[in-house]
Amino acid sequence: MREILVISGKGGTGKTSLTGAFAHLASNKIVCDLDVDAPDLHLLLHPHPTHTQAFFSGHVAQIEEKLCTGCGLCASLCRYGAVGFKADSFSIDPLRCEGCKVCVQFCPAGAIHFPEKHCGEHYISSTRFGPMVHARLFPGEANSGRLVTTLKQQARELAKSRGLGLILSDGSPGIGCPVISSLSGANLAVVVTEPTPSGRHDLERVTSLCFHFQIAVAVIINKFDLNPQAAESIEAFCGARGYPVIARLPHDPVVTRAMVEGLVVTELPETDFSKEVGKTWTKIEEIAASLRKQ
Amino acid sequence: MIVSIASGKGGTGKTTVAASLARVWERPLVAVDLDVEAPNLHLFLCPQIEETGPAWIETPIVDESKCTFCSACSDLCQFKAISMMGSLVLTFPEMCHGCGGCIAICPQKALSPGRRQLGEISRGHAGGVQFLMGRLRIGEAMSPPLMRQVKTAMNEIAGAGGLDAVIDSPPGVSCPAVNAVMDSDVIVLVTEPTPFGFHDFRLAWEAFAPFGKPMGVVINRAGIGDRQVYSFCAEKEIPVLAEAPYDRAVAEGYSQGRIIADLSPKYRHIFVSLYAKIFELASARLDKGASHA
Amino acid sequence: MSKIAVTSEGPGLDDLVDPRFGRAAGFVIVDLDTMNTSYIDNGQTQVLAQGAGIQAAQLVAGAGVDCVLSGFVGPKAFQALSAVKIKVVQNLDEGMTVREAVKKFKSGAVQYADGPNRGAGR
Ligand code: SF4
Ligand code: SF4
Ligand code: SF4
Ligand code: SF4
Repeated sequence: MREILVISGKGGTGKTSLTGAFAHLASNKIVCDLDVDAPDLHLLLHPHPTHTQAFFSGHVAQIEEKLCTGCGLCASLCRYGAVGFKADSFSIDPLRCEGCKVCVQFCPAGAIHFPEKHCGEHYISSTRFGPMVHARLFPGEANSGRLVTTLKQQARELAKSRGLGLILSDGSPGIGCPVISSLSGANLAVVVTEPTPSGRHDLERVTSLCFHFQIAVAVIINKFDLNPQAAESIEAFCGARGYPVIARLPHDPVVTRAMVEGLVVTELPETDFSKEVGKTWTKIEEIAASLRKQ
Repeated sequence: MIVSIASGKGGTGKTTVAASLARVWERPLVAVDLDVEAPNLHLFLCPQIEETGPAWIETPIVDESKCTFCSACSDLCQFKAISMMGSLVLTFPEMCHGCGGCIAICPQKALSPGRRQLGEISRGHAGGVQFLMGRLRIGEAMSPPLMRQVKTAMNEIAGAGGLDAVIDSPPGVSCPAVNAVMDSDVIVLVTEPTPFGFHDFRLAWEAFAPFGKPMGVVINRAGIGDRQVYSFCAEKEIPVLAEAPYDRAVAEGYSQGRIIADLSPKYRHIFVSLYAKIFELASARLDKGASHA
Repeated sequence: MSKIAVTSEGPGLDDLVDPRFGRAAGFVIVDLDTMNTSYIDNGQTQVLAQGAGIQAAQLVAGAGVDCVLSGFVGPKAFQALSAVKIKVVQNLDEGMTVREAVKKFKSGAVQYADGPNRGAGR
């Protein structure tokens, strides 16, 4: 089984639109939206959930007012400023609570409960491009790292049971915990970047993460025509590091047009852009196949 | 006044809006990059950095000669950062959230505070604007503790000089993003009028609305996509504070690291008017609060 | 050497090896002299937000094994296991049963790992 992950150092590089098109072009695969902080792929794929599961992660502290003697120990121990004193009583702000249990442990009155936190839901769905695994976190919930891992496991199990050879994932942006989780176990990271000052900067950061985890990298320069000079500097960077630049895609309004129609760009009547996207996918498949032989 | 520039997702132009706003801000200002995973504001503001220092988080160190292997620390730690293995206490500093629980609970005083580097905090100035930035160390998975330290530094700078703050917040609606905006006075959401943009915007609005802070919208790349953002804002009475039209010159300027407000007087005017509207938004809320009282 | 732990999808010798360590379904503990087995369920560990590898290492260390057979052992679990001198055999083939893995181990056709073979397992 191969796992191809499409990532970018930051959002807005067109990563999801491209993943959607690749999902259309790839055969025998499961699509997985690992961008759990801000999933968008469902807006193109319109999944119908067949299984929904609640996602619990970590714990949150809650003071039971009746038992609290107001000694204030919890407030002085909490390092996250989560315990507040309002209207003559102590209470815990769930959005600031890190779930460290320190207050629970030390409260002399045993007044603090520590229930599990319901953070979101995850789904197995059917789409016009085949099965899809995705999730939704409630606002303000962290811990997307484990949710990412859960989704990947689900995708792997599903791929196994249905005999599908590829997991195509839309990865999280950034370089934090969720990206680290989405990279683990991937064979190939397709990094979508833009020729902006931040694009190059973010590319450097995200590729060093791939290097750290020994994952093969292929680079797509999106909207390369916006700043040919910066695009060249990205190419030079990739050349120096030995990362293949597999596509230079122009800035094309057809991408937004497809999005407005809720379609992926390769489903619209053929354009130069969609032809390029097709070629790009072929290259990705070639690279992935060569990795497998090694 | 602290203004957070946020967006449901990266790539909406949040950073350019923050940079443009900093450019036209009339009162004394500190511009803060709280997007510590991918700080980019400096690439636009090009500040002169005067000082860069490491940021740390406290992690425990075990004195094996004092430890009696009672496992109290390991039982308390919710993050598996200190762990009893047979008759050994192992620490995994990179998993530690720095809660201090293990050190407080150890009956033998066998634990003392050590530290792990989270990243760096830099200070400087860009013209008359003070500049503050956090940058997460590569491989570091926890941004909230670094963000808290950047916010503390911001409060010191702003408090000392009576400065306003404009914060470039991390994108999204997860924990770091919520953390960034929850202590600000005004939230400005940047979005673009496309289905993705609208979807992410709506999630951000739902996440931030419970804070009850004045919130407004900047629509970037106006003219592309569809009208969903506009009808949603009308329905929820979310003021549209500014619209920056879609323009190839802007996209190119952005890709060269230029600030939109610097591109032409017309664009500068958009942000001058945004500046005024942010103050209107903040004071409208004050009036409302007063009339309720 | 008397006891080993094999990451597995179920409680018996004929269950499949679970390639994961920290988030394995469970561990079959095999006494190599008698071939008696016992099972440690790892369900509680699977739902941990983080530190699954460490928790799993704690569990097998508690069972007193000398060696762990698995597919992928992450860096923290590896560190924890080596701290208490538990050896690690990783890269077991997918689709192998626990019995086959034990047989392979007994025949000596395995190599002890000197480092983790995967990145962060969170
Ligand atoms: S430590 Fe317990 S009793 Fe004391 S203020 Fe906190 S909740 Fe109340
Ligand atoms: S669990 Fe930890 S973070 Fe939450 S309120 Fe208690 S001490 Fe503070
Ligand atoms: S400080 Fe808190 S998180 Fe860190 S090891 Fe101690 S108990 Fe665990
Ligand atoms: S609480 Fe202190 S004495 Fe007990 S195991 Fe931890 S370090 Fe050792």
